[in-house]
Amino acid sequence: MADEKKLVLDVQDLGIDFGGLTAVNDFALQVFEKEIVGLIGPNGAGKTTVFNMLTKVYQPSRGTIRFLGEDTAKKSVVEMNKAGIARTFQNIRLFSQLSVLDNVKAGFHNSITYSPFSAIFRLPSYFRQERETEAKALDLLKIFDLQDKADTIASNLPYGAQRRLEIARALATDPKLLLLDEPAAGMNPQETEELMAMIRKVRDHFGIAILLIEHDMRLVMGICERITVLNYGMLLAEGTPAQIQANPDVIKAYLGE
Amino acid sequence: MKANKSVFSSLFGRQRRGRTVSILLVILAYIVLTVMIRSGNLSRLFQGLLVPICCYMVAAIGLNLNVGVSGELNLGQAGFMSIGAFAGICLSGRLAPLLPNTLLRLVLAILLGAVCAMIFGFLIGIPVLKLQGDYLAIVTLAFGQIIKSLITNMYFGFDENGFQFSFVANTTKLAPGGKMLLNGPMGATGTERIANFTVGAVLVLLALLVVYHIMYSKSGRAIMAARDNRIAAESVGIHVSNTKMLAFVISAGLAGAAGALFGLNYATLVPNKFDFNTSILLLVYVVLGGLGNMTGTMIATAVLVLLPELLRSLQDYRMLIYAIVLIVIMLLTNNETLKTWFGKLKAGKGAAAGKEG
Amino acid sequence: MGFLSYLINGLGLGSVYAIIALGYTMVYGIAKMLNFAHGDVIMVGAYVAFFALNTYKLPTVPAVLLAVLVCTVLGVVVEKLAYKPLRQATSLAVLITAIGVSYFLQNGAQLLWSSSPKVFPALVGNGSLTLGSLSVSYVTLITIATCILVMIGLTLFVNRTKTGRAMRACSEDKGAATLMGINVNQIISVTFAIGSGLAAIAAVLLCASYPQVFPTLGSMPGIKAFTAAVFGGIGSIPGAFLGGLLLGVIEIFAKAYISTQLSDAIVFAVLIVVLLIKPTGLLGRKLSEKV
Repeated sequence: MADEKKLVLDVQDLGIDFGGLTAVNDFALQVFEKEIVGLIGPNGAGKTTVFNMLTKVYQPSRGTIRFLGEDTAKKSVVEMNKAGIARTFQNIRLFSQLSVLDNVKAGFHNSITYSPFSAIFRLPSYFRQERETEAKALDLLKIFDLQDKADTIASNLPYGAQRRLEIARALATDPKLLLLDEPAAGMNPQETEELMAMIRKVRDHFGIAILLIEHDMRLVMGICERITVLNYGMLLAEGTPAQIQANPDVIKAYLGE
Repeated sequence: MKANKSVFSSLFGRQRRGRTVSILLVILAYIVLTVMIRSGNLSRLFQGLLVPICCYMVAAIGLNLNVGVSGELNLGQAGFMSIGAFAGICLSGRLAPLLPNTLLRLVLAILLGAVCAMIFGFLIGIPVLKLQGDYLAIVTLAFGQIIKSLITNMYFGFDENGFQFSFVANTTKLAPGGKMLLNGPMGATGTERIANFTVGAVLVLLALLVVYHIMYSKSGRAIMAARDNRIAAESVGIHVSNTKMLAFVISAGLAGAAGALFGLNYATLVPNKFDFNTSILLLVYVVLGGLGNMTGTMIATAVLVLLPELLRSLQDYRMLIYAIVLIVIMLLTNNETLKTWFGKLKAGKGAAAGKEG
Repeated sequence: MGFLSYLINGLGLGSVYAIIALGYTMVYGIAKMLNFAHGDVIMVGAYVAFFALNTYKLPTVPAVLLAVLVCTVLGVVVEKLAYKPLRQATSLAVLITAIGVSYFLQNGAQLLWSSSPKVFPALVGNGSLTLGSLSVSYVTLITIATCILVMIGLTLFVNRTKTGRAMRACSEDKGAATLMGINVNQIISVTFAIGSGLAAIAAVLLCASYPQVFPTLGSMPGIKAFTAAVFGGIGSIPGAFLGGLLLGVIEIFAKAYISTQLSDAIVFAVLIVVLLIKPTGLLGRKLSEKV
């Protein structure tokens, strides 16, 4: 079924070394459009490192990342976002002193075209685009149930709301692929339940592909259509949730011998 | 309903309030002071301080964009003032025989001062903004020293044969009727004093508008986002070095404009006027006024420029007391007990007034 | 004068910068603050040495020791009164406080001792060692020798003693150091004490070469030494030595071969170039943030 869909992300032979240490090697991954894919593995397996390579926070040592059919070897962090990859962070990285609304507006940065000159002289383009951005930002906040907190300073939000805001901000950049790094970390079962519904809703509403790292297996097995397992920086297994659950290698990696 | 209110409050409410307060404050101060001057209620001494205060305010407002909003420590703001001052003085001096209208000449000098400082800001910004944290501060410090050193060694004048220039050794010989504009360590002498308080007040207003309008735009959000979290800012497609450069260049331009006004307020101006201490003083105004708080910066500037004059009766002790005041203010404003106490007071007041939290 | 003699004079000046730079770099390494009042501690040291030698006619060694003692106490007291309450504050707040302390010391000195320069007495005479065409003053030789002694002593202290290890632990990670039972406040006090004591030694060496004592005496050497510390990689002790020596040599060479008036501009321009190539200084550690 996945084969009929368009390929969004195609990673081949990806690897990175830190000094003499090989953190990730021979990693491969495909994500198709409107798909929710899980990236799992024990602690220290290199999952976040993969995210950092996909967004070019780290420059890969080897391998290719093709995004929407285009090679991304020369792209920077900013260009990867402009190409259509947005992400959240394991240790939440909000613009802590900005309001919730401004965090999302900052996400719309590249869809606003007026120049600093028009801002200083308050030309009509400034007012028009600011009004549009404001409306779009509030729509996004509504999806994540943050509209009442629009004027709150981001660092004053409760933990779960901060995670939601990070997703909203990522979506503001109009991505084709959303990377979520442990979105359920620190959430209670009820919040996790709501988050699962929210992730599905985001996929359907925005029609984007989602790749997520998560330790909460209920979430992973519940919403991911395919799962990739990483262990010691290497690809261990790949398949549907049912296949992964039945895979002896995966069980061994998680539970030991 | 709630959403609509939010649109309103962030586009026209909270943000505009800071701008409105600061602008009203400047206009009010201008009117009161003008009335006092006209009615002879302001001493000569204070009248003489009005233009310098405006200049320091403009440079400090610019510096606050750089230090408070963009979050980069800059220890060389006086260097940009210096560039603006001497560029402005040279232009005014050269145009004096051609353009008798002093107001027009002053405006042109301020514009040139701003543009020159922005060009230098851009050039120095290329290496500076590659660095992070305190290393960046050192480069701006070094830049301030270099500018002071270079201007101290410039000999620049003009006569009927055009501009004459020499560097380090004074070999500039002017034909009779020529005029020296820069005289090495002696700086500019015999400058026509064309600065005035009205232009100073207008410049403060313009500086406020530029900084507020940048802060509450796409660029301002990007600048603050890059300050709060560089990696997250890049991950949402914000080009961090470009936005920091914008803040740096605008800050430099405001310092340059301030410098030009400052330079044209005195008959003589030595390059040493804009040394490390001046950069530090501007930074003190910014920190005491509050990072990102332009009204606070203006008030801190005015108070701290006036303080040594107000303490004049204490004679030799005044600078010592100034130093103690500075230390005590820093200790009090950063005292945890006092902070929580004020926090509670503010929260209580907010709740009583029924404001949104 | 030839190349070699410029080089030795440069090393002499650089030795003074290096000893001052140590104060900056150690305080930065451990308290993560730019102590802009450090230059003024030098000034106080110079005045104490001046009065000890001139007014109280003490011999050189006790006079220097007295200066070291007074500066050490001054450094610790300033830290306790002005910086310690700001441990949790932003680095900018601490920076401004340090500037306040600097103003305080300068203006206090001006009140107590007037702003007119006092002539520092000659410590070792104006003699010089002559080897063929090369002539080096004793002052320069003593300065370089002192710098080498300080370097060896400090390296041994930091690497071999318990307090030294605790200092390194604090500069690495204050939180973890506290958990290991290290009294961080005490270590910071020790750091200020050592830095200020060294400032007094630097003050005497500086005045032996440039025999004038005045309230703003410490400003320019302070800024230069701070530059030297950054040059070598702020926080690094060997970096401060290397940066100090290089800065001194560059300054003397610039004066000798290019232009006296432009020597400052050249020194700072070299600093900018070095930071462009090595953004954390010559021996500084690379900063990286975990994502």
